[in-house]
Amino acid sequence: MPTERSGADILIEALTDLGVEVVFGYPGGAVLPIYDVIFKQTRIRHILVRQEGGAVHAAEGYARATGKPGVVLVTSGPGATNAVTGIVDALMDSIPLVIITGQVPTGLIGSDAFQECDTVGITRHCTKHNYLVKDPAKLGDIVHEAFHIATSGRPGPVVIDLPKDVQIATAAYRKPGTGALPHKGYRPQVKPETALIGAAVEMMASAKRPILYTGGGIINSGPAASQLLRELQKLTGAPVTSTLMGLGAYPASGEAWLGMLGMHGTYEANMAMNQCDLMVCLGARYDDRVTGRLDAFSPNSTKIHVDIDRSSHNKTVQVDLPIVGDVGRAMEEMIRLWKASAHHAPDLSDWWAQIAEWRAKDSLAFPPSEAEIMPQEAVRRLHEATKARKPIITTEVGQHQMWAALYMGFDAPNKWLTSGGLGTMGYGLPAAIGAQLGNPNALVIDVAGEASIQMNIQEMATATQYKLPVKVFILNNEYMGMVRQWQDLTYGGRHSHSYSDSLPDFVRLAEAYGWTGIRIETPDQLDAGIQQMLDTDGPVLVDCRVSKVANCFPMIPSGAAHTEMILHANEVSGEMDDEAKALV
Amino acid sequence: MHIRTEKGERHTLSVLVDNEAGILARIAGLFSARGYNIESLTVADVTEDETISRITIVTKGAPGVIEQIIAQLDRLVPVHKVTDLTAQGPHVERELALVKVRGTGDHRIEALRLAEVYRARVIDATTSSFVFEVTGGPEKIDKFLELMREVGLIEVARTGVAAIVRGRDAA
Repeated sequence: MPTERSGADILIEALTDLGVEVVFGYPGGAVLPIYDVIFKQTRIRHILVRQEGGAVHAAEGYARATGKPGVVLVTSGPGATNAVTGIVDALMDSIPLVIITGQVPTGLIGSDAFQECDTVGITRHCTKHNYLVKDPAKLGDIVHEAFHIATSGRPGPVVIDLPKDVQIATAAYRKPGTGALPHKGYRPQVKPETALIGAAVEMMASAKRPILYTGGGIINSGPAASQLLRELQKLTGAPVTSTLMGLGAYPASGEAWLGMLGMHGTYEANMAMNQCDLMVCLGARYDDRVTGRLDAFSPNSTKIHVDIDRSSHNKTVQVDLPIVGDVGRAMEEMIRLWKASAHHAPDLSDWWAQIAEWRAKDSLAFPPSEAEIMPQEAVRRLHEATKARKPIITTEVGQHQMWAALYMGFDAPNKWLTSGGLGTMGYGLPAAIGAQLGNPNALVIDVAGEASIQMNIQEMATATQYKLPVKVFILNNEYMGMVRQWQDLTYGGRHSHSYSDSLPDFVRLAEAYGWTGIRIETPDQLDAGIQQMLDTDGPVLVDCRVSKVANCFPMIPSGAAHTEMILHANEVSGEMDDEAKALV
Repeated sequence: MHIRTEKGERHTLSVLVDNEAGILARIAGLFSARGYNIESLTVADVTEDETISRITIVTKGAPGVIEQIIAQLDRLVPVHKVTDLTAQGPHVERELALVKVRGTGDHRIEALRLAEVYRARVIDATTSSFVFEVTGGPEKIDKFLELMREVGLIEVARTGVAAIVRGRDAA
């Protein structure tokens, strides 16, 4: 008969058995029993954030940079509701998280008790799964099951809502492996059907204008999947493009790299998507930011779609060969069957000649300036100064995010952490903190905007407390630049509330938090400022003053096709019709 | 600019789920969150140990939408199996309605005569009213209600559709 212990003890024991090393959290009344257990142990490190939203993004950054699940612990009511944005963010970007929320005692549930909210109700549709635990005897198994669900199949966030009396009541805890079987209704299909892979290989062998359209699924599949992608590319000779979430799976320095695709993708990537005869989608989901106008999306191609989530197939784009399974396993099978049938790389010289013409447009060129720092130039120099150290880059959301995606150049997976699906401003700083905790010796830089950074600026104190040497590089143009850009494109340049008024003095703000603050104001200060940032121990914030009016191009305007890209600011008309205005 | 809506076809889905707290909210919430229609929904546990429930959902959507609904339902952790009975082929659908009708004289006699045609049973009666119990496919019930409206329909309670595949095997 195993000895009984409290629910709070069982929780920490289960987390320890699962190999959890770091928990991001914030205490409160409904989780005090758990915090008392944390106080009395040394195996799990608790990182105290400054707002629960920061805890979830930090856990996301940790998860994406390490490949391990991120763990969050918050209290009931406002603790849980503050966590919701990050939970949705993790759901949209398929990030494995387990979020433990305190809840009022079971007897008070439904009574509008102090700091009560219906956490399972609120998070039911923004989690992969959630639990309200009413019996401490079931807690251990639920924690193990939650980790299994969060990390397997298409990863995502799982919430465990734990009433305070269940944290105190006692029960026995069973070690993993001795517990109940995994959920009967949950059987993600990991292994793709061989016959379908065979069909895909034959299509790739006979394609004249193939393209590999890759996404975050390859990152989620693990580092081996990125290596398999490189091998598959070598065998087939096909060009590679990627979504925002998939950057780094194929090296940006690789010869077959076309750059990112989609709304702010390169000309060659989008034209190749439009003109290809075979599209091999590997772990991406035909997001609206990728496809542009659906009825004009790659009209003449045959489409293969590998996705571990069956609901991603035919959701927005009808595909010819949907394959359910882990994208890494699928590519492994493709390589095996390709070699077994002794296929040679097809002659794609006409296709590559066409791509070379598109590349010659040099769509990432931007107008140079000697008077002010062009934001693209700032990111390019930051990349040049840091690439040897293989930095982990996080971002906030907006123009700076797109510039970082386009000009940083990623050669390895798990180095690029950004909020893609939900587009959450305020993601970058806490994500950088999480990434740094998982990779203590790495160079971690949050490329930020002056508006986004203020959404979770309080997390600077978290970096200070845990001596995390994260760098924040703000492209400060005094505008919510992407909002301003859309107002320029669509609303006749009427800048309704997109000016960042009353900005703080970021250098003094950094110093107030115990960071080093650096200001870069002119092009000639750029390299020295970046170097000073890199040479400074501890956390550094750089306030880099960039061109106030630069917009982010290339761009496919909302509701337009891949062939209707705007490459330069002088092609902007300033107004759009209602159909275009109504699109996201 | 005007908002466009898509037309669709009716499908009956049979969904086996864990009989646990919140499961109905999970299913219903998925439909509202993704903008799918629910024409009717019935749920009850169907195993001896009361661990599994069958949810029968009648929905409407274009073929691509129906495919998405099935995939999205299948993705929920407590969902064991989703069967599109409409696509699968022969199946039977039944629902039960309780129909209160008020009337005197000829109307009262006519109501009873029609009830007999539709094999509706009288389960409550006063000198000026009846409650009929009628079972059948949704179209039969609709037709019966249409007729009762003419003779004095007061109110209706319908269960929604329960459905099962024909033949000896489980779906």
